[in-house]
Amino acid sequence: MIVDLTDTTAGAIGAALVQARHSAGVPAVGMVMTLVIVAEERDHYDALRASLDAAREHPARVLVAIPRPGRSQPRLDAEIRFLGDSGPGETVVMRMHGDLAAHAESVLTPLLLPDAPVLAWWPGHAPEVLAHDPVGALAQRRVTDSAASDDPYAELVRRSHGYQPGDTDLAWTRVTGWRTLLAAALDQPTGPILGGSVSCEPASPSAELLAVWLEIKLGVVIERIDTNGPGITAVTLTTADGDLTISRPDGRVAHLLRPGQPERQVSLIRREVAETIAEEMRRLDPDEVYGQVIGRVTGTAEPVPNPFGTQDVGSQTTGVSDTE
Amino acid sequence: MSEGSTAEGSTTAPNPLRDPRDRRLPRVAGPCGMVIFGVTGDLARKKLMPAIYDLSNRGLLPPGFALVGFARRTWADEDFMQVVHDAVKEHSRTPFREEVWANLAYGIRFVPGDFSDDAAFARLRETIDELDRDRGTLGNHAFYLSVPPKFFPDVIRQLKHHGLAEAPDGSWRRVVIEKPFGHDLKSAQELNRVVGEVFESGSVFRIDHYLGKETVQNILAMRFSNELFEPIWNANYVDHVQITMAEDVGIGGRAGYYDGIGAARDVIQNHLLQLLALTAMEEPVSFAAASVRIEKEKVLSAVRLPADLGDASARGQYAAGWQGGVPVVGYLDEEGISPDSTTETYAALQLDIDTRRWAGVPWFLRTGKRLGRRVTEVAVVFKRAPHLPFEQTATAELGQNALVIRVQPDEGLALRFGSKVPGTAMEVRDVTMDFAYGETFTESSPEAYERLILDVLIGEAPLFPRHEEVELAWQILDPVEEFWAGQGQPEPYAAGTWGPPSANGMMARTNRTWRRP
Repeated sequence: MIVDLTDTTAGAIGAALVQARHSAGVPAVGMVMTLVIVAEERDHYDALRASLDAAREHPARVLVAIPRPGRSQPRLDAEIRFLGDSGPGETVVMRMHGDLAAHAESVLTPLLLPDAPVLAWWPGHAPEVLAHDPVGALAQRRVTDSAASDDPYAELVRRSHGYQPGDTDLAWTRVTGWRTLLAAALDQPTGPILGGSVSCEPASPSAELLAVWLEIKLGVVIERIDTNGPGITAVTLTTADGDLTISRPDGRVAHLLRPGQPERQVSLIRREVAETIAEEMRRLDPDEVYGQVIGRVTGTAEPVPNPFGTQDVGSQTTGVSDTE
Repeated sequence: MSEGSTAEGSTTAPNPLRDPRDRRLPRVAGPCGMVIFGVTGDLARKKLMPAIYDLSNRGLLPPGFALVGFARRTWADEDFMQVVHDAVKEHSRTPFREEVWANLAYGIRFVPGDFSDDAAFARLRETIDELDRDRGTLGNHAFYLSVPPKFFPDVIRQLKHHGLAEAPDGSWRRVVIEKPFGHDLKSAQELNRVVGEVFESGSVFRIDHYLGKETVQNILAMRFSNELFEPIWNANYVDHVQITMAEDVGIGGRAGYYDGIGAARDVIQNHLLQLLALTAMEEPVSFAAASVRIEKEKVLSAVRLPADLGDASARGQYAAGWQGGVPVVGYLDEEGISPDSTTETYAALQLDIDTRRWAGVPWFLRTGKRLGRRVTEVAVVFKRAPHLPFEQTATAELGQNALVIRVQPDEGLALRFGSKVPGTAMEVRDVTMDFAYGETFTESSPEAYERLILDVLIGEAPLFPRHEEVELAWQILDPVEEFWAGQGQPEPYAAGTWGPPSANGMMARTNRTWRRP
């Protein structure tokens, strides 16, 4: 059942949710968190679909806030989908017109589940400092997606400047597969890593985060090499015995090559947004490793050994120097 | 929950990419392969091969993983590949992706042969050597014995004889066996002896597919991460505990296995006694497998059978009836069952636990086939309030508080307590508060077999029973089986009901009743 409430209030939305639960005879709330999505009209549909898939793993109340600033009178329109219609949680899509667009938190506050943690997600444009944003301040975990920006690298730098514990970016989530494979590769005796490179399509924020992570953890310079993609196409780590390379030319299958051993293959698929947001929902405490990595993107911590590689710097990195 | 796992990591420098704060990175198995004996069986087709595919799809198998099938068929690698392909396509939990399959298929081999056939095991050895060379499995192999228990000794002896059980330096060999672990104490000890001669106990993985690791961890988390339940988790507040595993199906095609084994050996010995141990045990000093095991063994060793087994046990056999709207035949009319079989398909048993915590609290265990519906749960039923300051009529409908740990179908927790019925009259009635873990999402609610296989490949000390626990469980059950053996035909019950009348009588003698799960 979908109910439309036009020109309504947060109180009326809350009452409708309680009413629905009573009439369905569901006595207790099994939802474990509130997911707040702040999206523009063009982004909200995909974000909502992804969050409903993710909510199958983590039953959540999903609140979508669509700001519609402009000259119209402040007005709140809501579309409520009840328990069971679209997944295991409740969903409210709210359009906030006029001046109300700047006060989304006033609508969201009474609709958050009691005690349960809040995850806020900006699938498109996001505020400068997430933790200082009124909606961001409601949340334990604040998720952005720098890859959705027109200038992803510049966006990554903004994230770095505004970073507060609890922030994460889906560009980071997207490299979990690569990081897993690399960490597993180094579970085998490898010897010291002397250097390395990350090859990727230009302007990939994920590749930058991966390279910075490797630089921090391995203490070596990681080159960035531009390729035609898709996404990240290879990571090479140099050891005394030769190169350990994981290449993924087609965005699907990774080839692991290490000195003196046969080539091995494993699938390494680029994941859907639903899977990445589900990964974010899995843990709501600050991701300290991300904090460490994003801190290095602008060099706010110690200087990175050699921030932009030793050769042929890609266009996106040049762009960054300009932004700064 | 882990016990410093990776077998190979111990001698080398720590992996710089591993960071305890980095909780996004899952545990991934190192280079290895798995050999499945009995690949033509149902279990291999419906569970093992799909689980291996699902693990691969989730990126948890190592690059270059190898899967070797061993069975008495004249198949080539390609034929076996087709069998795995079909099994995966039909039964895998995650979506079928061609490239994932293609990767897996590279590492698939088949070795035809008999368990007594030396040439076949020599071929198996060659195959494994070839995989180590070409696929980079580095000598790490797990042997999964998906065969009837009577073949375990043969297979294990052959593995030893052909040097397959000994791992080259820096690598490992592990063996996985499925329940049943024997059919009484003596046979269990014999099995443990045979396995123990060849594999050391840390390399033996016993699995009980009814009891996934997820369940074990859920129970541990519920009991020991909350302040709410522990103070009342004892004889002061608990009246009794009911542990139920009910199946709605009959014996299906398992006549050959089931007849002569029966419900108690099939389910109570392993599954229900494991649930009892997890529910009753004291708090382990850590969640490391070894610490949990110590507590489970302690509590199992304190389990006592009641003096009069006739009063405190019940057994039944399903007769024809209607099951969920479908007419079904009785056990004696099932194909492959002798018409005078005395095998029980329902078993119920009262146990006591001689510890301070549980003194005087009876534990009721029951299991059966063709019961009302499929459900597995542990219900902790609390005492009534010592005094009810209401008029007697107000609390006529108030039952006992209960905390129900639901294991399947949908894992969760339910709490039953009294609440006032809205209205002017004072009236209290039981209500249920229910929490279910999230619906299964494609990626991260793994099947029991996925977790198990991954644990085996990673070498994580299993939360599954070691042979000491298996033997303790048989010590509890053996006297009951002996008693029943002298009792003739089990009492019939109509399919689709909740068991024979004697099971209700057994509860009534203690002034209690079975819950309807």
